[in-house]
Amino acid sequence: MSQTVALRLSGITRRFGETLANDDISLSLERGEVLALLGENGAGKTTLMSILFGHYSADAGTVEIEGRKLRPGNPRAAIKAGIGMVHQHFSLAENLTVLENVMTGTERLWLPRSRTAAARRKLLDLAERFGLRVEPDRRLGDLSVGEQQRVEILKALYNDARILILDEPTAVLTPPEARQLYQILRGMARKGLSLIFISHKLHEVMEAADRVVVLRRGRVVAERRPAQTSKDELAELMVGRRITRPVRAQATPGEMVIEARNVSVRRRDAIGLRDVSFTLRAGETLGIVGVSGNGQSALGQVMSGVLAPSAGELIILGRRITRADVPAQVRAGVGRIAEDRNHEGVVGELTLWENVTLERIGLRRFSRFGVIDRGAARAWTQEVIDAFDVRGGGPDHRTQLLSGGNVQKLILGRNLLAMPRVLIAAQPTRGLDEGAIAAIHSRLLEARAAGTAVLLISEDLDEVINLADRICAIVSGQLSPEIRAEDADARRLGLMMAGDWGMEGAQNAV
Amino acid sequence: MRFELRETRSTALIIGAPVMAIIAALVLAGGLIALAGASVIEAYRFILLGAFGTRSSIAETLTRATPLILTGLAAAVAFRARLWNIGGEGQLLLGAIGVAAVGAELTAGLPSAFAIPILFVVGAFGGMALMLVSLGLRQVFKVDEVVSTLLLNFVALLFVSMMVEGALRDPLAFGWPQSVPVADNATLPRLMERTRLHAGLIVALLLALVIYLIQARTIFGLQSKAAGFNAGAARFAGVPLGRTLVLVACISGGLAGLAGAIQVMGVRGHVTTDISPGFGYSGIVIAMLANLNPLGVIAAACFTAIMFIGADGMSRAVGVPSFIADVTVALSLLTMLVALFFTQYRVRW
Repeated sequence: MSQTVALRLSGITRRFGETLANDDISLSLERGEVLALLGENGAGKTTLMSILFGHYSADAGTVEIEGRKLRPGNPRAAIKAGIGMVHQHFSLAENLTVLENVMTGTERLWLPRSRTAAARRKLLDLAERFGLRVEPDRRLGDLSVGEQQRVEILKALYNDARILILDEPTAVLTPPEARQLYQILRGMARKGLSLIFISHKLHEVMEAADRVVVLRRGRVVAERRPAQTSKDELAELMVGRRITRPVRAQATPGEMVIEARNVSVRRRDAIGLRDVSFTLRAGETLGIVGVSGNGQSALGQVMSGVLAPSAGELIILGRRITRADVPAQVRAGVGRIAEDRNHEGVVGELTLWENVTLERIGLRRFSRFGVIDRGAARAWTQEVIDAFDVRGGGPDHRTQLLSGGNVQKLILGRNLLAMPRVLIAAQPTRGLDEGAIAAIHSRLLEARAAGTAVLLISEDLDEVINLADRICAIVSGQLSPEIRAEDADARRLGLMMAGDWGMEGAQNAV
Repeated sequence: MRFELRETRSTALIIGAPVMAIIAALVLAGGLIALAGASVIEAYRFILLGAFGTRSSIAETLTRATPLILTGLAAAVAFRARLWNIGGEGQLLLGAIGVAAVGAELTAGLPSAFAIPILFVVGAFGGMALMLVSLGLRQVFKVDEVVSTLLLNFVALLFVSMMVEGALRDPLAFGWPQSVPVADNATLPRLMERTRLHAGLIVALLLALVIYLIQARTIFGLQSKAAGFNAGAARFAGVPLGRTLVLVACISGGLAGLAGAIQVMGVRGHVTTDISPGFGYSGIVIAMLANLNPLGVIAAACFTAIMFIGADGMSRAVGVPSFIADVTVALSLLTMLVALFFTQYRVRW
């Protein structure tokens, strides 16, 4: 154990209505230590950190910083005591520059003018010391997500934070950016800062943390050092039972269901597709890996009928696709999982039954002459809920009340219960915890075994290797030649995602 | 003090919130009445008497509520789809002037059973046309419809002014700027003897019910809700966003235009530039008070009508200016916004 304790939480308890979000949690953080707080969604990680930062006050328990008790429920007191918080959704203003963002809230309002020069010196000094390169005068909105996160970290350091809390810092980052972030975090710890980061990703805590505290249902269930544990043990501690992600079995592909020849999509605001060609047969899964923002959205949307191809030939289930026509796509038997659950997958304010039936409400099964058969819609929703173990609400509850995993099960259910012949699965497990991931994976495998052709677009390499028969990488809107899943490993896929396609043994797509 | 999202909203809360909001507004307005030197209790008693005291005052209150129900529905339908139609006033005026243009001579020879529905449609088309201009500007040039609908109110008012002093001027009106009257066959039947209450009220109530059923039970209702809450998800689910918005705009503008038509055919008989004492703007407040529920609009419109009609009587009796009605209705919008917040969040100390 090292010399001093930077932070000590004792007996923190917090109740929300019926649920006990934090149940008598005690933990301590040494100076210069990187502590990972591991737990599934809903285990109480974020509540605990919000109590620490003063967003909530605890029903019982105390927070001590460097031996002094922290006034509860007061973010200002927490900042003053040296706690800095890096939120998952940054608390920055896109229309201000980096420097302005960092200075916001640090100056008294009645000063005649900002002390910009001194602030700039301090910012550059911090950036230098901790290896967080930034350009102070760039507009924040022009920066990449990784750079914005750096600004968020610098903002905390600018407020003289000695204890840094990062809430799922890698959720928004690409794998290389994430790796870079761990190095920066380790460097900061070496320079005497103490860090807590919240995560539900196992490889991440194994790689970056000195110590791991596992939370489950609001309680501390274990404490481990990465050297003395394994991913499997941590997964089991986190979920409370053994979880193994299922792996595909051999299957024989059937008839051709998707043929794409030189399909291009032009988009004004994002990367589209350039000359994409592939085929997909019934009963097989084609995995598309790639660093986020390389055309995955366009690929998912054009296959889902939301975007029209601007050039090339796309034939899905024997129909030539020339325009965006979602209802036709759904009728033909194309199941669609949107890349972004909350912005495309469901309308949070609507009820479960409304969300489950929205994309096929025009079918005779659910409506006649424009009038909805609510009985049929509710009944089918109940079937989805039962068959896919959706928890957190019945057909008439608002969808907002569901957790991310349950929303995703609902989306998967509304597609798979309709027995689709093709399933376009864009990022089907992004942001979900291990239990939900395993459930979704086994559903995808079942669908494949039942003869559904699955186009799996994902950033999770393990997921693609476990589920897909063939794998391509997508880079700047172009598809790499494909490889068989048996030949894939993380290193090789990494090279493909980086655009290095000069691989031996690669077969050309079509 | 912190605010937390409520998991569920009970029916009591949903009905209680506007009631509490109105009570709060009345209390605040009571302060102003006291400042004006009158007894608050007396003033409110006279407001109730003015609105309900006699058979004719009840009829007058319901007559006032009729156009308010329609403009309230117009705003509620549009707001539900996040189409911010602030132009109910202008749409109402265009509906009214359209009825005057067609109803004076063109339909004069027809039996009422034909003339009245035709003129309803004419009025609705007037409002629809104006709303579609704003929607077109939004879809093609990305002009914010809040701005365009609001400004077109003034354009519509000046257009009506031009008409009643020009092409549609009534030559028998001794030089007053008013339009030619609609023919007798277009006058709406009275519901009560010797009052102004007319069959437009029935039309408004039926439309509230129809709109409610459309929103709750039809594909279009579901799609317009989805498009309003989350356009991205609606698009992904195959909702035809453009078509849905056009339809919403037509219904919204049409309802406001119909309010103008009914006001001409049921109450005035002709058009003047002051045919609407802000019915279109009050509709916005009413829609908010009703939390965009079409059936709630009926209650909210009645509340507003009670305040306006009652305040006239009150002002004669205790000498507080009848502007107190405007103040109360405006305050109730503010208190309703606060109340809506509390239906979504609970306070924790």
